[in-house]
Amino acid sequence: MYSYDAYDKQMLEDRIIQFRDQTARFLAGDLSEEQFLPLRLQNGLYIQRLAPMLRVAIPYGCLSSRQLRKLASIARDYDKGYAHFSTRQNIQYNWPVLEHVPDLLAELAEVEMHAIQTSGNCIRNTTTDQFAGVAVGEIEDSRPWCEIIRQWSTFHPEFAYLPRKFKIAVCGTPNDQAATQVHDIGLYIKKNADGEVGFQVLVGGGLGRTPVIGVEICDFLPWQHLLSYLDAIMRVYNRFGRRDNKYKARIKILVKAIGADAFREKVEAEWEHDKDGPATLTQEEVDRCKAFFTDPAYEDLEDTDPAIEEAAKKDLLFSHWLERNVAPHRKAGYRIVSLCLKETGVAPGDVTDSQMEFVADLAEKFSFAEIRVTHEQNLVLTDVQLKDLYTVYQACKSEALATPYLGLINDIVCCPGGDFCSLANAKSIPIAESIQRRFENFDKQQNIGDITLNISGCMNACGHHHVGNIGILGVDKKGSEFYQVTLGGSADREAAIGKVLGPSFAQEDMPDVVEKIIDVFLDQRQEGENFLATYQRIGIEPYKESVYANAD
Amino acid sequence: MPTLIKDGKVADNTWQLIAKDFELEATLNTNGEQLLVPLTMWQEHKIALQESGKQIGVWLDSDDDPYELANDAADLPLVAVNFPVFRDGRSFSSAAILRERLSYKNELRAIGDVLRDQLFYMKKCGINSFELPESINAEQALHAFEDFADNYQSTVENPAPLFRRR
Repeated sequence: MYSYDAYDKQMLEDRIIQFRDQTARFLAGDLSEEQFLPLRLQNGLYIQRLAPMLRVAIPYGCLSSRQLRKLASIARDYDKGYAHFSTRQNIQYNWPVLEHVPDLLAELAEVEMHAIQTSGNCIRNTTTDQFAGVAVGEIEDSRPWCEIIRQWSTFHPEFAYLPRKFKIAVCGTPNDQAATQVHDIGLYIKKNADGEVGFQVLVGGGLGRTPVIGVEICDFLPWQHLLSYLDAIMRVYNRFGRRDNKYKARIKILVKAIGADAFREKVEAEWEHDKDGPATLTQEEVDRCKAFFTDPAYEDLEDTDPAIEEAAKKDLLFSHWLERNVAPHRKAGYRIVSLCLKETGVAPGDVTDSQMEFVADLAEKFSFAEIRVTHEQNLVLTDVQLKDLYTVYQACKSEALATPYLGLINDIVCCPGGDFCSLANAKSIPIAESIQRRFENFDKQQNIGDITLNISGCMNACGHHHVGNIGILGVDKKGSEFYQVTLGGSADREAAIGKVLGPSFAQEDMPDVVEKIIDVFLDQRQEGENFLATYQRIGIEPYKESVYANAD
Repeated sequence: MPTLIKDGKVADNTWQLIAKDFELEATLNTNGEQLLVPLTMWQEHKIALQESGKQIGVWLDSDDDPYELANDAADLPLVAVNFPVFRDGRSFSSAAILRERLSYKNELRAIGDVLRDQLFYMKKCGINSFELPESINAEQALHAFEDFADNYQSTVENPAPLFRRR
């Protein structure tokens, strides 16, 4: 993992002093509400329905066990003993007191963490695939590049007051679990014929009110030019992005308005001046960052384990867990283990302080003391030895962290919704729960197979509903909460925006609606098809007919 | 009277800001000897302004294109970039363009809704004077330039990013 040097530490200390002063000036009345707003937002602090909400950055989803312990103790000392993993590899506290936030930030700084730029109209936390560095068939580990981007984007003086928020994802894995194509900038790491690293650059992706898949403006950007090229994109956006209407202010609207070619020309005209200038990355800097992400002390191991196979035969749930939550690792004898934070009855992505401490323990014992956070709101231990899987599973079971349905219908992605968020039009957590209860039978879930179901409580789309195979969006209809359903969304390399099924539904109808959709799929699927494949073959009509068949 | 910070010190503001809706005649009849005129007035009446015997500076609104000053940058004693509202960050880019692309060397001033908490970033983008609203105590605001000991990026103030120095 990246570890701070004196410069990084100083930067963080300076920020805490600055924010302490800003908070004091606000409380003393020297800063107006309006002036304080972007300052607190750039420190991740929202004023929510019931209390402030603080969003803490987990840079590209990487956590040390020490950091996770700190997050647990903060949940206990400053909050109500739990926290929420968001869909952008961040963690949120729902109940801190404004006056205590500077102290909370000082505690975070002790473990090299912060809430910088987790909100506001600035460059947000850079995200990546949670399997970076351990995925089978990986093109290149994205983490050093994410760290380079993290530093470049932190306190960038020119781009702190953008038209709107700005999100960057980097992906170096074949599967893309980073939803790269629905980011303002999506970077796919590539290698050219000579084995040199570069980036395919996509711009203008995003969800929210106007969901868009990003378009390519550069098919191979040599790594040396990464930062100068990003500077050029940002400058074009900062200057020409709309500021008159916040719903039209994201970069995607600019790219759509002038077209990808015109946008590319503007970026290249800008870039021409800075290309090969001082922002050009050096081999030395890349090597410095890569040195933080070298392999841990892997042992040379066999890639089979009879004892684990035996345990799987005897313990059915364990075998399910192995099948669903355990992924292959590029190193023989190791596996990637996902801990699914989707226990029915618990808000998706929520964890308690003791669960966090438990996972920290587990990581220390079994996975080189590191944890990854996923944008699907789960946790990952990247380096578990095959022989330890049953021990890890049993331990997780005791903490309600062993639900064996990663990637199945009950692994719901869900924003905090109307229960917490002041932007929400409708609640989302109770919808998730009612669907989970409907599909509680594991055999049923397993029979349905790979599927994503994403729920957002409003158009801001924090629950990424547009890219769920089934997407659910909370809408306000004359003061009542209703839910619109989309089908066919996908966040992977073949990203797609879901299509609206039809008129929205009342809350109590949602489990029935989802079940009808699933029944159409089960009825129509052909050998080897998952939900998305069947949908892509048969289109939306059969689902529509079934769901609205008996509507008045 | 708004106060001014220039090159890290509190200074007197001797320039008179001419609003966008001012006519040329009224402008030339003002008592001020140093006039900061809007870009459109400069473009339309450049010669009359130059021949007025007054010193002329130009201010750019946040939606003005700084490249419009490409041919004048070497001669102007003052260019200002306006922040109509502090959330409008376009003038950070305008400032950087004036310095980096147009090699503008003289005084570059931030005007408008300038927040104390933005001064550090403004300076990094090449702005060296700051017209502060009355609500800000200029002496206290000087500390804003010390908000951070360093920064990661290549900036106008220091083109070498931290990775070339660490």
